[in-house]
Amino acid sequence: MIRSEILREVAPILRDQLVVCNIGLPSQELHMIDDQPTNFYMLGTMGLASSIGLGLALSQPKTVVVIDGDGSVLTNLGTLPTIANNVADNYILLIVDNGSYGSTGDQPTYAGKKTSLTKVAEACGCENVVECRAEETGEVLQKAIDAKRMTIIVCKCESGNVKVPVITKDPVVIRDRFMAAVAS
Amino acid sequence: MSISKQIVDDFVANDIAFVTTVPCKQLGGVIEEVEARPEIYHIPSNKEDEGMGLCAGAFMGGKRPAIIMQNTAIGVTINTLVTLTQFYRMPLPMLISFRGELKEPVACQAEMAIHTKPLLQQLGIPTYHFHKQDDVRELDAILKYTFMSSKPVAILTDATFWGGY
Repeated sequence: MIRSEILREVAPILRDQLVVCNIGLPSQELHMIDDQPTNFYMLGTMGLASSIGLGLALSQPKTVVVIDGDGSVLTNLGTLPTIANNVADNYILLIVDNGSYGSTGDQPTYAGKKTSLTKVAEACGCENVVECRAEETGEVLQKAIDAKRMTIIVCKCESGNVKVPVITKDPVVIRDRFMAAVAS
Repeated sequence: MSISKQIVDDFVANDIAFVTTVPCKQLGGVIEEVEARPEIYHIPSNKEDEGMGLCAGAFMGGKRPAIIMQNTAIGVTINTLVTLTQFYRMPLPMLISFRGELKEPVACQAEMAIHTKPLLQQLGIPTYHFHKQDDVRELDAILKYTFMSSKPVAILTDATFWGGY
């Protein structure tokens, strides 16, 4: 399974949650599959989805699911100690780990080689790290939401992309409707 | 009253409830004060762009954020300031120690000090420079201006303001 197939499968679960989605293809795919006011699409700033989601989870009570990638987590590796040491039980970080930088042409990441993000997250102090196969993602994600416990999910999947249009929505519109959804 | 206490009093009076910090000797007193206040969630970050991401999330979650960092961080965070904070039009007070100014003992700090104001100007970031201790009186108005205008705003505090090292 590739990322877009995983997103299609978990879209009905994500629909009821606040979602912060990583820059590039992940946001474009989620936007195409199931655009919701509860989705915050990153149009720039690689690596910060997990940080934005953590700030959001610590500031209000609704569940926040961050859709991140292995490449983006590697870009902002300092995020994992911050997450581990600032526990928010309404925070779920779903790392779609396809071992490649998908948005830039599937160049390999170190997570697809010798580096295990699951072990890195554990070593950083994250207490609830689940590694799963792509096919299990929906089940693992729903379980994490129901558990109301901070969870890091590392979903190992295949690399590959589908053709998808860029997001042309104004960033202030994305932010404004997202904030209205957060506050509702 | 200490300057650090006065600064954090202004934060609290302006409903700032989420503060991320990167360590700094000059701002050590402010960081301690932030940590001590029950009104503020203090979250140290490992890098300033990470901190700006945290602040963006907190703002969207309904909490007023602020970041405390050194001026070297301007070099680290340009992309984040432009494509996150400014592009999505979010307010962010940035309390910055202006290293490399008069009384600086470390030569390397002077290099980034020279670029600090030109970079902020190039980015269109409103910038205030605290040089004398009385300058802190403007902080309350600067914070109100930041949240009124929904912009990142820089408050540079140099060594003379802090009374030397």
